[in-house]
Amino acid sequence: MRGGLTLLPLGIFVALILLFWIGLGLNPRELNSPLVGQSVPEFSVPDLMHAERPLTEQSLMGQVSVVNVWASWCVSCRAEHQQILALAKQGVQVIGLNYKDEFEDAVDYLQENGNPYQAIGFDHKGEVGIEWGVYATPETFVIDRHGVVRHKHTGPIRPATLEQELMPLIAQLEAE
Amino acid sequence: MRALSLILMVVLANPVLAITVGSALDFDSPEKEALYRQLLMDLRCTVCQNQSLVDSNAPLARDLRRLTYQKVQEGADRESIHAFMVARYGDFVLYKPPLRSSTWLLWFGPLLFVLLGGLILWRVMVHYRNGAEASAVISPQARERLSELMREQGEAERR
Repeated sequence: MRGGLTLLPLGIFVALILLFWIGLGLNPRELNSPLVGQSVPEFSVPDLMHAERPLTEQSLMGQVSVVNVWASWCVSCRAEHQQILALAKQGVQVIGLNYKDEFEDAVDYLQENGNPYQAIGFDHKGEVGIEWGVYATPETFVIDRHGVVRHKHTGPIRPATLEQELMPLIAQLEAE
Repeated sequence: MRALSLILMVVLANPVLAITVGSALDFDSPEKEALYRQLLMDLRCTVCQNQSLVDSNAPLARDLRRLTYQKVQEGADRESIHAFMVARYGDFVLYKPPLRSSTWLLWFGPLLFVLLGGLILWRVMVHYRNGAEASAVISPQARERLSELMREQGEAERR
């Protein structure tokens, strides 16, 4: 009894340190998206490059695709752009969602940095963004061939994220 | 006068008032207006995570306020707007998380700690009450010496 009581504060201390170690190591921006495991939300948005050809949830059916939410005003999007280009170079279908941007700015951005996107939804008012639960650009969704959201990454994609997280998942989904 | 202006400053700084002053929204009924204000306080801005939709100035918060306004005007109730937001942004968007098995620790954790603390306090008290006389922290010789010292002290004081 005596020994137990003496050790109790130490035990509580160690437990708290562990709790803080884990808790403070979590990224508060990384929220679990309720969309993961669900079919992509219904949407329809004009394509930035071909206004007459709208982008809809049907555009994501039939093959594994990556949906990348970006904007010309988004600094972290510039930081991850090389990774998005690399993704497209490897033959992955990358669809862009240009979020709350100005048309000219978006086009200039692509001319300056290169265009990895096979199609780009021009979501000027951010309405499609709300349907997708976008809250912090850049955001990247991995969609399987049946149009189900399988993964969401919030924040810029780093080379390590691309190699260790996204590519293995895409390969797995393509094999399904 | 000074007190009055101070009171005015505090009242005008109220964020709920600021919204109404800022955007001058028209509502079909006072009930809808009350619901709108309630919702803005229920919902968290996921961009600036420790602010509600009322407090936040983020563009997304502005969009969500407008959306909430539209839905309230269309006659949506509190539950359906909550459900709409949760379906897109997750439980985190609600300031008051729903009670379910994954949130039990969150809801009852504080109570658990109070009980644990009470238990420890109780055991410590019982320990000291029972153990004070019987405890052999000091040896019998030391105890004897102690009472001798106390006796001498007492005699010295009496003199």
